[in-house]
Amino acid sequence: MSYIPGQPITAVVQRVEIHKLRQGENLILGFSIGGGIDQDPAQNPFSEDKSDKGIYVTRVTEGGPAEVAGLQVGDKIMQVNGWDMTMVTHDQARKRLTKRNEEVVRLLVTRHSLQKAVQQSMMS
Amino acid sequence: MDTESTYSGYSHYSGHSKKAHRQGSRDRHKSPRSKDGSRSEKSVTIQTPPAEPLLGNDASRTEDVQDDNWGETTTAITGTSEHSISQEDIARISKDLEDSVGLDCKRYLGLTVAAVLGLLVFLTPIAFILLPQILWRDDLEPCGTVCEGLFISVAFKLLILLIGTWALFFRQPKADMPRVFVFRALLLVLIFLFVFSYWLFYGVRILDSKDTNYQGIVQYAVSLVDALLFIHYLAIVLLELRQLQPMFTLKVVRSTDGESRYYSLGHLSIQRAALVVLENYYRDFTVYNPTLLMASKSRAAKHMAGLKVYNVDAALVAKLKMYIADGPVNNAASQSRAMITAAARRRDSSHNELYYEEADHDRRVKKRRARLVVAVEEAFTHIKRLQAEEQQKAPGEVMDPREAAQAIFPSMARALQKYLRTTQQQHYHSMESILQHLSFCITNNMTPKAFLERYMSPGPTLQYDRDRWFSKQWTLVSEEAVTSGLKDGGVFVLKCLDFSLVINVKKIPFIKLSEEFIDPKSHKFVLRLQSETSV
Repeated sequence: MSYIPGQPITAVVQRVEIHKLRQGENLILGFSIGGGIDQDPAQNPFSEDKSDKGIYVTRVTEGGPAEVAGLQVGDKIMQVNGWDMTMVTHDQARKRLTKRNEEVVRLLVTRHSLQKAVQQSMMS
Repeated sequence: MDTESTYSGYSHYSGHSKKAHRQGSRDRHKSPRSKDGSRSEKSVTIQTPPAEPLLGNDASRTEDVQDDNWGETTTAITGTSEHSISQEDIARISKDLEDSVGLDCKRYLGLTVAAVLGLLVFLTPIAFILLPQILWRDDLEPCGTVCEGLFISVAFKLLILLIGTWALFFRQPKADMPRVFVFRALLLVLIFLFVFSYWLFYGVRILDSKDTNYQGIVQYAVSLVDALLFIHYLAIVLLELRQLQPMFTLKVVRSTDGESRYYSLGHLSIQRAALVVLENYYRDFTVYNPTLLMASKSRAAKHMAGLKVYNVDAALVAKLKMYIADGPVNNAASQSRAMITAAARRRDSSHNELYYEEADHDRRVKKRRARLVVAVEEAFTHIKRLQAEEQQKAPGEVMDPREAAQAIFPSMARALQKYLRTTQQQHYHSMESILQHLSFCITNNMTPKAFLERYMSPGPTLQYDRDRWFSKQWTLVSEEAVTSGLKDGGVFVLKCLDFSLVINVKKIPFIKLSEEFIDPKSHKFVLRLQSETSV
């Protein structure tokens, strides 16, 4: 998940489809995000590369739509409904996830265990 | 408490120590110094035999039995320690008699030479001006206004020179140095040559030829006085100013207990640096207390004793055989090495003893100290200062400070004595000195804490009675000549009879200081956050 400027990022991703839950007036997804290009990447506990300014999942509420869909703590969100999340500010990320007229969000997330699993299966 | 026995016990104790110590100190005072002058420059190592301090050391040893009663110190001050003189003392006394004459002469010779030279130099310009008037008055040209103006200038310059010389040189010598003070000698020689050459010129060109130009002669005298003022300026720079800028840092460590201090000095010769160190020693270092060393000595003695017991071990004997059989190694060295390694491997519990002993001692000192503070505070509450108006109608008896001190002293005496015993300071404070200090504190409205400040911790050597100092006669031991300057990495030792001060010279590093300009508008900041939003 390291980032070389000018080169496209390659990562093994998992598709996660979250159906938003309606709570009164709000549609909630049931997780918290951290990170963004306007934030301090050194304080991110989940990133392997401490200069990675991507959006990370920091908490997943139990029993919420995100957990049901298979989102895990520490995942890095690469795309939301086709929109890139690797170079966005924190607020932009929040807006992309909480659009009122969307009931379903399709995320592409990556985590380190995915990469390892692919490597292992390639070796064996 | 019986006052009579109190006094007799203590004065006997201090009297004995004063007598013996004074005698001893007088002996040690003279001998090493004169020997310094006669030996060669290098390694002035006069090993006066390490005598036991003649103070009542036996007394302090027997007092280990925490005997609390003031007057009943049945110390073992037997006839032998008071009246007999050891072999070393006899040798010292005889040497002292032979050398005392030579020593004083040396010091006074220098002073008289300098004084005579100074007087001659001062009178020379006056002589230059007066001699033509006396010898060939009639031939001289009359002295015009310029010439008389020069008289005034000569007079004032001589006055300034006189005041300057008095300020700079007429001071009580505070120390006696082993070698000649190079700069002073240099200056004396310079002045002598200078005045000599002026007189030579004067004698040949003016006296012999009977020059009639009086103004010229007076101008010549003025030029001499000017030059003397410049030599005086040179003297100030060499003797006073040059050493003011710090160039070296000296680390002074006392050999007996490791107490160390740092001093900054400028360019000085080793003997002058030693003087500075000694002046500061009396103020900065705590007083040397020989009783504090006995604990470590007894521990070391236990080590050596234990070593011998272990030697019987069969394993050690086998090891020794192996070492001895090993070849052309020095037998004694290998044997001792084997013993040392064996001792190191033995389960040594002396560190444990030391730890608990020290913890115990600390606790005891703190307890005694608490009792002492309370006793003194209570004692001080009994005294009240009388204002002037109240003095006539006072309720009780009116006392002066000494009587007041004597009145409140008994209530705190015991606690104070116990505390001094625990901290091994009892031989530094006699009852008389305590009473004196108490009346001093009462006179100056000091609080109990201020009174106790002197007894709480050992103070600098200057605070105590001269007889209790163990350090009055010093010997400078140095591998370099003592008149050479301080050098980085130099080491010299100041020895006195009971301990020595080891001095290490380090140069203050050359400092490269560069500047950096910061625009006041350049102080800008950003927030670095890691916020978490729940979606």
